[in-house]
Amino acid sequence: VIRIERRLTQPRWLQFVVPIASLVVAFVVMAGVLGVTGHEPLHIYRRLFDAAFGDHAAWTATLVSGTPLLFTGLAAAVAFRMQLFNIGAEGQLYLGAIGGAGVAIWLGPHHATVVAILAMCACGAAAGALWALIPGVLKAFGRTNEIITSLMLNYVAGQLLTYLIFDSASPWRDISTVQTRSFPQAIPLQPSQFWPTLSPRNVVVPLGALIALGIAVALYVLFRSTRFGFEMSVIGDSQRAARYSGMRTRRKILAVMAISGSVAGLGGVSQVGDFSHELDASPQGLQGAAFGYTGIVVAALGRYNPFAVCLVGILLGGLQNAGLYLQGPDFPSGLVGVMQGIILFCALGGELLIRYRFSVRRRPRAIADDVPVASPEPTL
Amino acid sequence: VSVNSSILVIVLAQALLYGTPILFAALGELLAERSGVLNLGVQGMMLVGAVMGFWASQRAPGPTALVLLLAVATAAFAGLVMAAIHAFLVISLRASQIVSGLALTIFAGGLGLSSYLGNDLGLANVPPKNQFGQIDVFGLKDVPVVGPILFDQSALVYASWVVTIAIALYLARTRFGLNVRAVGESPGAADAMGISVTRYRYVHVLAGGALAGTGGACFSLAITPGWTAGDSLVSGAGWIAIALVIFSFWRAELCLLGAYLFGGLSGGLPSTLPAHGYTITPELLQALPYVTTVVVLVLISSGWAKRRLGGPAALGVPYVREER
Repeated sequence: VIRIERRLTQPRWLQFVVPIASLVVAFVVMAGVLGVTGHEPLHIYRRLFDAAFGDHAAWTATLVSGTPLLFTGLAAAVAFRMQLFNIGAEGQLYLGAIGGAGVAIWLGPHHATVVAILAMCACGAAAGALWALIPGVLKAFGRTNEIITSLMLNYVAGQLLTYLIFDSASPWRDISTVQTRSFPQAIPLQPSQFWPTLSPRNVVVPLGALIALGIAVALYVLFRSTRFGFEMSVIGDSQRAARYSGMRTRRKILAVMAISGSVAGLGGVSQVGDFSHELDASPQGLQGAAFGYTGIVVAALGRYNPFAVCLVGILLGGLQNAGLYLQGPDFPSGLVGVMQGIILFCALGGELLIRYRFSVRRRPRAIADDVPVASPEPTL
Repeated sequence: VSVNSSILVIVLAQALLYGTPILFAALGELLAERSGVLNLGVQGMMLVGAVMGFWASQRAPGPTALVLLLAVATAAFAGLVMAAIHAFLVISLRASQIVSGLALTIFAGGLGLSSYLGNDLGLANVPPKNQFGQIDVFGLKDVPVVGPILFDQSALVYASWVVTIAIALYLARTRFGLNVRAVGESPGAADAMGISVTRYRYVHVLAGGALAGTGGACFSLAITPGWTAGDSLVSGAGWIAIALVIFSFWRAELCLLGAYLFGGLSGGLPSTLPAHGYTITPELLQALPYVTTVVVLVLISSGWAKRRLGGPAALGVPYVREER
């Protein structure tokens, strides 16, 4: 008989081996799907790898796709770690972009780059945090399901973004000429407000990626060596136990939502400062990329560990970048989402191996034959 | 007849049309949740149902009625297959229902399988060959007020009423229905009674997937016949359906009312008001159903409502016999 029993301790090596094994299984399953739909799996994998990590140009493009995923992945990881399912990173990212672009436009050209960057980050993070606090407050004080409220607010944020550029005379929109009044366009950032990059070995590293790494380190410290982080994990494991031991769950929900939202918001700021240099409201822009939703995949694959999240973020960024690059008849759009889903399914299935132990035992009857039966307790 | 062209009647008629996919999906989610399984993949299942339903309606030969029946069946089957992934992960492999459901949405959703299938099968921007039309029931179409609202709808709307009644009766009046509720409330007790928790959960999650697929087909075969890549075809209907199950306190008959409320907000008003000369910011109208969802959810989550009309007690909890 095969018995499945819960592990009391989870061996450390399993936490590395199982995700990697899941990844391998996912690629095998994916090869099956590709084969069935008439594609050559090995050839596609080869091209995917080259397009994602082949040379410095590929790495540069991968970092462009991966940077927002670092932010949204970390945002989801913080919240999910406490079993607080903030799936509103998408909307919080839009709000961050709105806040960051707004303050940059308001500042204008006469400030140092550093000032502009700091102001954009502060404003975008605050906007993301406030947007995340809506479901946070509702959860903390009204016990409203945060999954649904945070998700609904994504759609609202999307409409707000569209409204600011396409249907209003907002400060984000360029209404200076006749042409831009009929063909809506956002006000671009000043060149002095563009975020600087590093380029070791011809790979362009955006500032946003470095900021995200910094956040990952900060979160790691928060989780590992602060009381706050400890209480987060207790609440994540058992809300009831946390309450009985006097932890303030309500406050923690608000704080974690604010952190999660501000990280997602910084992702939006990085989009504006690093890449688009304007508030991009077009359907192909922020709203078409689904950074927030992919961030959930990133966080889950990284098992909510900040550094693992960064690694996975870059990997999935590579996949997205390669998917865009290869898009065409033999690489239909949608394949990337399918691959992400399969990888996540395999990782979820793999969790079973981490949490449970399989043991093969002989049939109970055989044991009963060998072992002398203890005399029954005398009954009164 | 002049009453029938008034804006209120038109909005209500549209509310039924746009509410039907939400109703189908919500009923499916209701079945899954009553058995104790939360499936957040509704959006993905609907999108795959929509694309496969449209595919079948384009490729199947034969008379229109038969083709459409086949298309709906294909959509339902596609939704069922998607739900099977979730069922296997959360019931057999005990994965987190929330993460698995989200994974299903990403896998099957607008940037995933539905888009892949639609592009691979060459369905983008193809003019529809077959679509559901209105049926003038008993010739009552021109009766004031109720005519256009109730008797001039597509077969899908009437089918959704039948399904609603069937599910309400099933849960309240049949032995299987009572067993499902037992499985959702207290799987341990149900197991002790000899009810197979695993089998009941599988069956209801799969049935839920089939209904979500059918809901998706409502979009691609009746509301906006055709297929376009991305989430835009279904917009947020899958998520509204999940919220609707909560609003309706896990009851099929209340799902019907809620679905039409949200059908009116998400489809009826935006498609009707501008044509009647009301100038409202389109984004405001588009955001309305989502804001309303949040507001209603807040009202319903208050302590009183939760105590009186809570959901299945074991919702979201994997059942492991050894850890009972």
